Amino acid sequence: MSAAVDKSKVPWWVSNLIVPLVNLTLALFVSALFIFIAGENPVQAVKLIIYGSFGYLEGFAYTLYYTTNFIFTGLAFAVAFHCRLFNIGGEGQAYIGGLGVFLVAINVSFLPVPIIWLLSIAGAFVFGAAWAFIPAYLQAKRGSHVVITTIMFNFIASSLMVYLLVDVIRDMEQMGPHTVALPKEMWLPSFKDFVALFGIKIRYSPLNLSFLLAIAASFFVWFLVWKTKWGYEMRAVGHNTQAAIYAGISPYKNIIIAMLISGGLAGLLSINEILGVHHKIVSGFPAGYGFTGIAVALMGRNHPIGIFPAAFLFGILYQGGSEVTFDMPNITRYMFVAVQGVIILFSGALENLFRPQIESFFVSRLKREVDA
Amino acid sequence: MEFLSDIASLINSTLRISTPLVFAAMAGIFAERSGVIDFSLEGKMLMAAFVAAVGSYFFGNPWVGLLMAIVACVSLSMLHGFASVTHKGDQVVSCVAINILIIGLTTALAAAWFGQAGLTPTLTNEQRFLEITLPFADALQNVPVIGFIYSDIISGHYIFVYLAYLSVPIVYWVVFKTSFGLRVRAVGENPSAVDTAGINVFTTRYKALAINGVLIAFAGAHLSTAVNANFFREMSAGRGYLALAAMIFGKWHPKTALIACLLFGFTDAMQIRLQGVELPMVGTIPVQLIQAIPYVLTVVLLAGFVGKAIAPSAIGQPYIKER
Repeated sequence: MSAAVDKSKVPWWVSNLIVPLVNLTLALFVSALFIFIAGENPVQAVKLIIYGSFGYLEGFAYTLYYTTNFIFTGLAFAVAFHCRLFNIGGEGQAYIGGLGVFLVAINVSFLPVPIIWLLSIAGAFVFGAAWAFIPAYLQAKRGSHVVITTIMFNFIASSLMVYLLVDVIRDMEQMGPHTVALPKEMWLPSFKDFVALFGIKIRYSPLNLSFLLAIAASFFVWFLVWKTKWGYEMRAVGHNTQAAIYAGISPYKNIIIAMLISGGLAGLLSINEILGVHHKIVSGFPAGYGFTGIAVALMGRNHPIGIFPAAFLFGILYQGGSEVTFDMPNITRYMFVAVQGVIILFSGALENLFRPQIESFFVSRLKREVDA
Repeated sequence: MEFLSDIASLINSTLRISTPLVFAAMAGIFAERSGVIDFSLEGKMLMAAFVAAVGSYFFGNPWVGLLMAIVACVSLSMLHGFASVTHKGDQVVSCVAINILIIGLTTALAAAWFGQAGLTPTLTNEQRFLEITLPFADALQNVPVIGFIYSDIISGHYIFVYLAYLSVPIVYWVVFKTSFGLRVRAVGENPSAVDTAGINVFTTRYKALAINGVLIAFAGAHLSTAVNANFFREMSAGRGYLALAAMIFGKWHPKTALIACLLFGFTDAMQIRLQGVELPMVGTIPVQLIQAIPYVLTVVLLAGFVGKAIAPSAIGQPYIKER
């Protein structure tokens, strides 16, 4: 029987590298089929994606800028997932997080800039976490499934923010639904400023210091989930709630904390978008990054070490994808939303499709080598 | 008289708005009663809307569009079953994948085939379903009471409205009064007992999912070939989730789920009327906040002030046959 492989005999690189790569290949193959159905040449599309994301310095900087967003939202999904919670509300939490960044930054403008940044990061985290609190509470106390409540909170966040942007905090001198710009001193230094130190001139780059914050957040999540008592408790609740209760671990407390941290991490996306790129709240700035985080986390097997390359891959797809939509009239950015769906399907729901076959193949092969 | 016609129009819009929710809730009951979580109602409804609109447009016949939508939705249900029943993948992840895939694919294909805005072409009256005037509706128009109820409220709806309310007693009968329904419920409560009795757990779940696909296709076709005359981006607008909340609030039971769907429909109908109206004490409520009411109501219903909802006990767990 192919299913009867002893898990302990499977080398780590088979289950954590080979199997995900096979799943990814399948997903990309199906995606190529979609591009073909839309009436374009998939091979040409791949060439454009590679050129767009690596071919020139500005393109590569864009790739890393998208990577930054996906690290935040990927980590957000992953933290909740370790407690078996599906936080698909990253979109709304990031949106509300943006409100936190803006309100903090505009109200503490008298302080030195690095302190403003730190307080804004706290603002983003707290507001994002707060938006995750009600779904978390309802899941913990009433068993209301977070998938539905967080999706509803995305809709509610969107309505609320449009209302605020139109009627309350809009820049009244402008037509569009956005706030006034933050003072220039508060803007996070961009990649353009950085390369200018070495005498390299580029036109524009959205990549900014938040990239380092994303790396720091990855370490924070790794430490929190795998190296602290609380992370252990949270994983215990996620793995087996009944056993956790017997061990004296409160599922309620852990569900709420996991969701708060998850929401806070999603909120950090707005540091990149608001302090780094737009410098004001613009309507709809989370632009689907929250949803992409689900695919990133599942592909990265919910571990920061996996999330980084997965986020980078989606960065390539986004930046390369915009190159494709530029050159191929039949492809819109929604094609890449579909690609995300396919990747979630193959690396999440269908991850066991070929796992037994691949694992037994390698196990029997390695065994033969040992015997020989 | 104006008061009466106001009431009639409120009832009519409630019935019309609730229609896709009723189909989706009934679809959800089949999947979840058999032990398979179905958050992908949203994606399937969107897929049906897209396929029905495109099918009617190319073949000039809304029935062909509906048939194609049914095929598409049953295929998606089978995909969900393939991932979560056969391969024991995570059911919620499978649903999230389907939803994101369909949001992207429908809009991308609409844009590729019909231009950048992601709309399908407007259907002519021959290509879509129209309101049905029931026999004698005109003749009875002026008869007091009966005329009002029959001509103004019962008559003049799209075919899907009638089908939706007809589906509720049928689903009730199938789920609670037939041996197939008993198997579906048993598979959702205690699959290993059913297996011992010689009934195939997997086949039963696939059958329930197939019915789920057929029902949800009607919801999508209602949106794009009856109420509207084309498909537009993300036109399902969370209705799949609202229906799921209605189903949970209705404790996985057709009758109570119907009541919850009507409550949603009524709130939405009121919501449209409240826009721009000055209320005593409160003043005019901003339109964006009014639009959020159905979503807030969903959360409130899920939080359930009528006690915790009890799901079928084997829900969300892949069945692993012992050897």
